[in-house]
Amino acid sequence: MTAPPTDIETPAPPPSQVLLSNGKGSTRRGDKVFSGLSKGSGITLLLIMAAIAAFLAYRASIALADNEGNFLTTFEWDANSIPPKFGIAVLAFGTVVSSIVAMVIAVPIAVGIALFITHYAPRRLAAPIAYVIDLLAAVPSIVYGLWGALFLVPHLVGTYEWLDRYLGWTVVLSFDGTAPRSLMTAGILLAVMILPIITNVSREVFAQTPRLQEEAALALGATRWEVIRMTVLPFGRSGVISASMLGLGRALGETMAVATVLSPSALLSAEILQAGGGTFAQNIAASFGESGQFGRDALIASGLVLFVITLLVNGAARLIIARRKEYSGANA
Amino acid sequence: MKSQSKIRFRTAAGILALSSALVLSACGSDDNSDSGDDNAKGGDKSSAAAGGDIKCGGGGELLASGASSQDNAVQQWVADYQAACSDVTVNYKPVGSGAGIEEFLNGQTAFAGSDSALEPEEVEKSKEVCSGGQGINLPMVGGPVAIAYHVEGVDELVLDAETLANVFNGEIGKWNDEAIAKLNPDAELPDTKIQPVHRSDESGTTENFTAYLNTVVKDAWPHEADKKWPIEGGQAATGSAGVSSQVKQTDGAISYMEISHAESNDLTTVKLDTGAAEPVEATVENASAAIAAGKRVGEAPDMALELDYATKVDGAYPITLVTYEVACDKGNKPESLDAVKSFLGYTASEAGQQSIVDVGYAPLPAEMAAEVVKTVDSLS
Amino acid sequence: MSAQTIADKRPVDRLGIQQPRLPRWAPLGIAAGAAVLAALIGVIGGLGSRIQWGLIAAILFVIGQFVISTAVEGGRQAKDRLATSLVWVAFLLAVVPLASLIWETVSKGIKVTDGYFLTHSMSGVVNVAPGGGVYHALMGTIEQVLIATLIATPIGLLTAVYLVEYGRGPLAKAVTFFVDVMTGIPSIVAGLFVLSLWIMILDFGYSGFAGALALAILMMPVVVRSTEEMLKLVPNELREASYALGVPKWKTILKVVLPTSLGGITTGVMLAVARITGETAPVLLLVFGSPAINNNPFDGGQASLPLYIYQQWGAGTSASFDRAWAAALVLIVFVMILNLLARGIARWKAPKSGR
Repeated sequence: MTAPPTDIETPAPPPSQVLLSNGKGSTRRGDKVFSGLSKGSGITLLLIMAAIAAFLAYRASIALADNEGNFLTTFEWDANSIPPKFGIAVLAFGTVVSSIVAMVIAVPIAVGIALFITHYAPRRLAAPIAYVIDLLAAVPSIVYGLWGALFLVPHLVGTYEWLDRYLGWTVVLSFDGTAPRSLMTAGILLAVMILPIITNVSREVFAQTPRLQEEAALALGATRWEVIRMTVLPFGRSGVISASMLGLGRALGETMAVATVLSPSALLSAEILQAGGGTFAQNIAASFGESGQFGRDALIASGLVLFVITLLVNGAARLIIARRKEYSGANA
Repeated sequence: MKSQSKIRFRTAAGILALSSALVLSACGSDDNSDSGDDNAKGGDKSSAAAGGDIKCGGGGELLASGASSQDNAVQQWVADYQAACSDVTVNYKPVGSGAGIEEFLNGQTAFAGSDSALEPEEVEKSKEVCSGGQGINLPMVGGPVAIAYHVEGVDELVLDAETLANVFNGEIGKWNDEAIAKLNPDAELPDTKIQPVHRSDESGTTENFTAYLNTVVKDAWPHEADKKWPIEGGQAATGSAGVSSQVKQTDGAISYMEISHAESNDLTTVKLDTGAAEPVEATVENASAAIAAGKRVGEAPDMALELDYATKVDGAYPITLVTYEVACDKGNKPESLDAVKSFLGYTASEAGQQSIVDVGYAPLPAEMAAEVVKTVDSLS
Repeated sequence: MSAQTIADKRPVDRLGIQQPRLPRWAPLGIAAGAAVLAALIGVIGGLGSRIQWGLIAAILFVIGQFVISTAVEGGRQAKDRLATSLVWVAFLLAVVPLASLIWETVSKGIKVTDGYFLTHSMSGVVNVAPGGGVYHALMGTIEQVLIATLIATPIGLLTAVYLVEYGRGPLAKAVTFFVDVMTGIPSIVAGLFVLSLWIMILDFGYSGFAGALALAILMMPVVVRSTEEMLKLVPNELREASYALGVPKWKTILKVVLPTSLGGITTGVMLAVARITGETAPVLLLVFGSPAINNNPFDGGQASLPLYIYQQWGAGTSASFDRAWAAALVLIVFVMILNLLARGIARWKAPKSGR
């Protein structure tokens, strides 16, 4: 490592003064206080995480104690009726289906764009495109939701009818022409939303591919695609996986965009183009306003499930990244 | 180094300050009277005209919550009332009847709005929060539950209870179905799919509509009246506003909602063939007629009503919703008592009742309104 | 033009090493052909949606190029071209919705966005009527975000300092891991947490501050992450020079390490601010909302810009849709300004060296 050309000057006071002003006692005390403070902050973060789990679990236990239905298998969410009967079957199904749809659409496209930026786009275009995609990651989800509800939903009818005509026999893709406020639409919207995130992370990983490997492949007469297949993709694979899981984490927990496009119902159906369904986050946002004390506890119970799921997904993503760092040497 | 870091601090702070200053410097205002008068429906009659009749009382924030069906009416009343009485800030949150009553019973709000009268156990519970008294129902605003639809090229539509039930339970799938064509011989009905939209949340409107169907055509609609829509699947949306905007956006859609929401989206409404001489339109007059035909079931001072869904009276629209304000007859919280009496006194007054006609609500019959005013006056 | 003519210009390839290549204009030509064919199919098949035309054209292009290339250039080149065209299609597929989103928001939002809209609240405006504005929501959002920043920045900064300067052992590892995991907490869960603790158990009322607490939770890990990266970029020589002069560690961090990375830290904080500004879900659960201006974040309901959009969308009238779009435009512009400022600072103060 070469000495950095830095504009930082070292502290001005002459050494003697420093020694005078920092008697051993105050140095030690200052260090203790400061390290204590920073350690305390780190512990605070851990405490917050623990508190989130603890308080959600506490409120959830209140709700679950009085639940007439089976929390895991009941379809309805009647947390405010007497007796309360609610379950997460529909919500879990909807969350998983919409996220899968989002991933199936977003991951290949995101990888495509990442390759486009790093290996295909004209050099002058690449930087601005990457920049714009960066900015798009910052568009608030409620704006995606507004766009989804007022623009995307009406514009998808034709495409869905077309899908129904040729693939309607699969049941999964059947569609009867009613407004498509469905899990599929939610999934498509989620795909658009998580696209920038996955693209950004994948792009960074692809850009780190050792130059020499690529050039070696080129020198062997490989086409551009073969270079990518043989050097870039193997190198970036775990990066893409973890990027996808980050995107998945966001898709699972996304609230507003789903709440605005989905037509809520307690129906668990394989016809994912048809209106209906629900997700954890969407149900919380939609039911919260009209919930009493108990209804809120019930919603917190569903939030706890969501919390655990995202925790697992994110944890897995981080472990994959961490493992990759250890042997790839990219960070050396 | 010091000077360097100081410059950095300054630039960073400067940018932050600048960006916030840009926004902050534009002084904001709560006063929307000028824009409101230009454009608002019926805005001209609100403040000035009504102001004279309002007896102000109390001060501070008057918190209330409850039925979303009366939201538009309350918004109008609050706008009127606030113009005359600036000491009181009325904050009504349309959280739904159930949650509204619960918040009232927990003592979090001064009064609740509800689409149905208090249940006996709720009255019992209200004795805790109303020391020495109990919660009573004050009918305050009525409204027809309109059946609004969106079919290109059809500007008038007559349906009867049975057809309506079959449309909503999915038996009738197309707009040019024979059953509909028979009732509308002159209409050019398209071959569009019928998309019934229902409320996904629990709602007094749903309860009212299903009660009507269940009372009048039990065979076609065996589901008991319920706040929750009884059939799974189909199009759904949250709140009357959500339902109405869904109908607005979808060709072939039909749904039930308070008339004010149908009007605010310029939706056409169905005329009901009730067996009266003429099919009855969903209008505030026809709803008032239905309310007048209902009978009082609450013991004084409670004023709970019961309406006859199967009514065949000419010009009485059977699916009519009465929204109550729930307050304590005795033992209201002293800090909000004056404000409650002043605000509810205004809403039940003639000026208050007339003010909401333009936003699509039915005024109470004059005698009943006078009775409400008297009851409100006696609150303590 | 056939492949033969191209090959003719090259040195004669007796060993068969060089393969015939498609001319440079081939992709364009095939694209044009695909577009025309798709339009024909669209017209004949009576497909109304332009999206379908586009999809068909894309599919035709990809297949067409692959087939032609296989015939002329052989399998390897064909695969390469296939990959190229797929990558381009992916890019175009992504650009269409994103461009549409921006276009819709700007073109619809510009209608009612004016000085009046920015400086008035919704007090006394019924949903049906046009008029009213977004000022109260903008103020609410600014206050909530400011409070969240004031809470999250010191904690996040100190945690990052701990991880980079002090952190060893299992505690540091745990913190690192959970900071990463915390980044992925769904915003609605953070909202539920504050709801359960602050409002349901401690019995405080709804307020802007409650919303700010949830936003702070969402902001902390982002600040930790970016600050950590920046601190790692500070060259060790600087620290060592400072120690050599007898400056204690805490003073070195405060006076040398932090100032050196200040630009980057500021960028990180501002990006975090931009992220939480658009959060709707936690705010929906915690601030209650209000049609009037409430400048006190500690008492009573307060509005917020994302919540305002959701409410105006929910109101469902054409006037409220207009307001929702306009507020969305205001929100996007606000977030973009923060982003651009942050990136501006990052570029301007870019660290001069890596480790």
